[in-house]
Amino acid sequence: MSDWPLLSLVTFLPLVGAAFILLIRGEAAIVAQNARAVALWTSLVTFLLSLLILANFDSSQAGFQLVEQRPWLPGFGIDYHMGVDGISLWFVLLSTLLTVVVIIGSWHSVQTRVKEYMIAFLVMETLMVGVFCALDLVLFYVFFEGILIPMYLIIGVWGGARRIYASFKFFLYTLIGSVLFLVAILVMYLQAGTTDIPTLMETTFDENLQRWLWLAMFASFAVKVPMWPFHTWLPDAHVEAPTAGSVLLAGVLLKLGGYGFLRFSLPMLPDASLYFAPLIYALSVIAIVYTSFVALMQTDMKKLIAYSSVAHMGIVTIGIFTPNALGIQGSIIQMLSHGIVSGALFMVVGVVYDRIHSREIARYDGLAERMPSYALVFMIFMLASVGLPGTSGFVGEVLILVGIFQTNSWVALFAASGMVLGAAYMLWLYRRTIFGSLTKDDLKLIKDMRPNEVIAFAPLVVLVFLMGVYPSFFLDPMAASVDNLLVQIGAAESPASLAQR
Amino acid sequence: MLYVILVFAPLVGAIVAGLFGRQIGDRGAQIVTCGLMGLSALFSVIAIFSTVGAEPFRVPLFTWMNVATFEVDWALRIDALSGVMMFVVSFISFFIHVYSVGYMSHDKSIPRFMSYLSLFTFAMLMLVTSDNLIQLFFGWEGVGVASYLLIGFWYTKPSACAAAIKAFLVNRVGDVGLMLGIAVCYLLFDSVQYDVIFAGAAAMADATVVVFGGEFHALTVVGILLFIGAMGKSAQLGLHTWLPDAMEGPTPVSALIHAATMVTAGVFLVARFSPVYEYAPVALAMVAFIGASTAIFAATIGLTQFDIKRVIAYSTCSQLGYMFFACGVGAYSAGIFHLYTHAFFKALLFLGAGSVIHAMSDEQDMRKMGGIWRKIPVTYAMMWIGTLALVGFPFTAGFYSKDAILEAAWASTNSFHLYAFWLGITAAVLTAFYSGRLIFMTFHGPCRADEHVQSHIHESPKVMTIPLGVLAAGALLAGFFGYGMIAEDGSWWAGAIFSHPDNTVLHDLHYVPLWVKLSPIVAMAVGLGLSYLFYMRMTEMPGRVASALKPLHTFFYNKWYFDELYDRIFVRPAKALGLGLWRGGDQAIIDRFGPDGVAAAALATARRASRLQTGFVYHYAFAMLIGVAFLVSWYMMVGRG
Repeated sequence: MSDWPLLSLVTFLPLVGAAFILLIRGEAAIVAQNARAVALWTSLVTFLLSLLILANFDSSQAGFQLVEQRPWLPGFGIDYHMGVDGISLWFVLLSTLLTVVVIIGSWHSVQTRVKEYMIAFLVMETLMVGVFCALDLVLFYVFFEGILIPMYLIIGVWGGARRIYASFKFFLYTLIGSVLFLVAILVMYLQAGTTDIPTLMETTFDENLQRWLWLAMFASFAVKVPMWPFHTWLPDAHVEAPTAGSVLLAGVLLKLGGYGFLRFSLPMLPDASLYFAPLIYALSVIAIVYTSFVALMQTDMKKLIAYSSVAHMGIVTIGIFTPNALGIQGSIIQMLSHGIVSGALFMVVGVVYDRIHSREIARYDGLAERMPSYALVFMIFMLASVGLPGTSGFVGEVLILVGIFQTNSWVALFAASGMVLGAAYMLWLYRRTIFGSLTKDDLKLIKDMRPNEVIAFAPLVVLVFLMGVYPSFFLDPMAASVDNLLVQIGAAESPASLAQR
Repeated sequence: MLYVILVFAPLVGAIVAGLFGRQIGDRGAQIVTCGLMGLSALFSVIAIFSTVGAEPFRVPLFTWMNVATFEVDWALRIDALSGVMMFVVSFISFFIHVYSVGYMSHDKSIPRFMSYLSLFTFAMLMLVTSDNLIQLFFGWEGVGVASYLLIGFWYTKPSACAAAIKAFLVNRVGDVGLMLGIAVCYLLFDSVQYDVIFAGAAAMADATVVVFGGEFHALTVVGILLFIGAMGKSAQLGLHTWLPDAMEGPTPVSALIHAATMVTAGVFLVARFSPVYEYAPVALAMVAFIGASTAIFAATIGLTQFDIKRVIAYSTCSQLGYMFFACGVGAYSAGIFHLYTHAFFKALLFLGAGSVIHAMSDEQDMRKMGGIWRKIPVTYAMMWIGTLALVGFPFTAGFYSKDAILEAAWASTNSFHLYAFWLGITAAVLTAFYSGRLIFMTFHGPCRADEHVQSHIHESPKVMTIPLGVLAAGALLAGFFGYGMIAEDGSWWAGAIFSHPDNTVLHDLHYVPLWVKLSPIVAMAVGLGLSYLFYMRMTEMPGRVASALKPLHTFFYNKWYFDELYDRIFVRPAKALGLGLWRGGDQAIIDRFGPDGVAAAALATARRASRLQTGFVYHYAFAMLIGVAFLVSWYMMVGRG
């Protein structure tokens, strides 16, 4: 088993599935049916294969595992190099799982161009898995930027009315980031003579150069996260994207920024990372407070959840730059949790959107009456988003808050204020949609969740509680890699030694 | 195993009733939740007997999270303190479950109600048996959510929804303090485990910590931050505004959560952290000051309210103030003793009030009651027992615990001890007055309800009056059985509540002057006598006094204008800020000078710019796809070789 190119299999299998779908011919209804089936089976098998990655993963090792390395562009010393460590492992699984979930979730809701839709999502899966496995900067960059294409298409073809504006905005932001990131890659290549990520982690760059490289990468990652004030593309993109697109956008694509900081900025540019940490703190704190207030006043459900994502990702970026084991492990688990919870919340919005075709909060009222199961599912994810202990949202939050408190108590205080503000806008959203009396005529006939919707939510509900009650299952495999990362940035200072200072 | 079943049985009940309520039906849900709760209550009786004076031990379950030195387990800490708390929670919860079968019999979502009640009980049990701060936080937030769900149980009522959200948010403000307190503990002790913290507290007595830009006495910082959390949960002055509104929930909820158990979690926290507070006199002074202030503040409001449940709610708030200043003056065990007696008589009062409301066709305004004592004699008797215990009538449960608290306040060396004593005595007069007022207005005088309501007045069924009887027995007798809690050698606690060797308040309280010993009884007699005079003999007096002291009465009646103040300084600015940042920040500044500005500039220079851009995306896409295809085919060929 172990000599199989497991990572490449998981990465490219969805592409094979996409090719199959491309070959399907015939009547529209049959094509749609078959496209759905092929997409489902492909994503399911991919997910099962990705579980094998977990099974073959050795938690005690800090380095990269399941490594595949072959020359790719030999003249430039660029390799096809894949591997996972404790930091990337869970993101791979998150991507494969969410793909299955969105394909099930959009079983009935997507009726136009089903074939192309499924292809787009399978291509997207390949790129998502690839980006987390890539161990070569060029390879990483190809996946990293490539993801945008299916995303553009998903928003552009299946999106809402203002999709051109949204994708244009997204494009402008990412373009600048991408160009600067590419420049950084070139500079690093010229300096170190390689684009191999593990090698670059061992390379020490001049401190001044580090700062320039760091800023160039920051431009790219900060847009992806997104950090304040580079966040304004996100609410528009989410609002225009179809449900499944929002799920993957919030669930996986936003994590690329955080992953980028962990994979590149911290280990390769440690001095610059410590130098710029206050900048990150400042922007993150602004993000938490600012976007929470903005979220409070939203009238569109998707926009509200989009703004809440910015606030939650603010906690994550604080955690990454704590930099200590609590903060970093906390930020990883917070990213996983956010991927599941905000993805699920977008699906929650999608459920009623499919029925009433409106995202306006004021359009809904008293849904608990007709949709008890829906109310329960919404409640679970709402509470997870608020960070209730016992759900996944709490673990990352507490680790990051305790972690950052060791470094800077003011940042901890402001980050903790998000606990109140986050609860305010989520509870208010829930109260305005689910509670109250059912007065609107068309809502009186609204139907509770369909079987496919229940199946799509089920694994996410299980994970929310599993991560909340037994997070060790997720934390233990990442411990060795995170410790290693802390050694690389030379910040492996224990909290106790800080206390005695 | 006994303790595991004790704690988790309610959770099982909650899950079964909550998820399979439709399958097992109303009756099934009641049987399952009450049955499992009964089991838990039975075990809790065993628990209190086996933990008194016994050494603490822990029942580890499994690892929760384990990052670097941040090691957190799911585990139960069993000692005399958690023993008392488990007994109070499980025992009272069981009788409130039973009472709810009768009280909620006309409701259409009985399984949901029973499920929430059991869920609450589980969370509360996790809170009191926690063996580390993170698990405490789990229970802390868990009871908060259960409270939120139960306050908003009748979710079609806008006022109930608003009260539910308010309760959760005000509590969250306190939780920020608690969370930061946890972070400081970890910073100081490198652990969040109680054992480690308590063992290391003495060594940290003189340590300082640098937080929030200054250097402070470390344990004082811990004490104050934890107390901020306690203030939220226990509705102390400043963070109290949610508790009266929480009366929107069904009455059994008010009895269980907002009187007997959840709101006392803050007192439990302070007593649990006695090993830390004993080395943090400044924090203790703050506890005493806030507690005593709340005791009098809430009592003044209680004087003027007309909603029967709100009077009792403010009374709860005030009694919680007593518990806190007891802890503040160093008599933690007296605080817990009062918590334990209060749980019985306050639950009794609420359930009695529920029985009245039930009889009066859901009327809660005391101005529309009166003269009904002959029609509901059992409820009437029960309410008298609860009232006597609350005002501290000799030999009832409240008499022992309130006396101990006031004597301790006099005997203590805390800088606010006399403040606490005098405010405590004054509040005792007010307590007796509003309690008498409640009884006389509700049960005596002419009946002010309309014909229709009057014709329906009836005594509650047995399933409701039997729990009342049990709690009444507790309200009369709990004082005798719990008196050992305040024994000066601390043998009941076996170290579960820590007293510094210099803290001799439990000894000194027996040697206070005679007038101090008598003053609580005098206060009670004055208060009850005045209320008898005002509401039975000279019924025009209340109106006259109210108009004579118009400004003061209006101030009290409007609850010192806290809600209006908070609305002005928090709620409205928050909304304005949100709108301003969105329209002003995101749209007017960031977008205008960011993407939209760039786009406009591009359009101005080249009209085809936007079309070019869109075209570029597809070019880009095409090139990338070819690249990916190339990559795959190349890899397949080379990869095989």
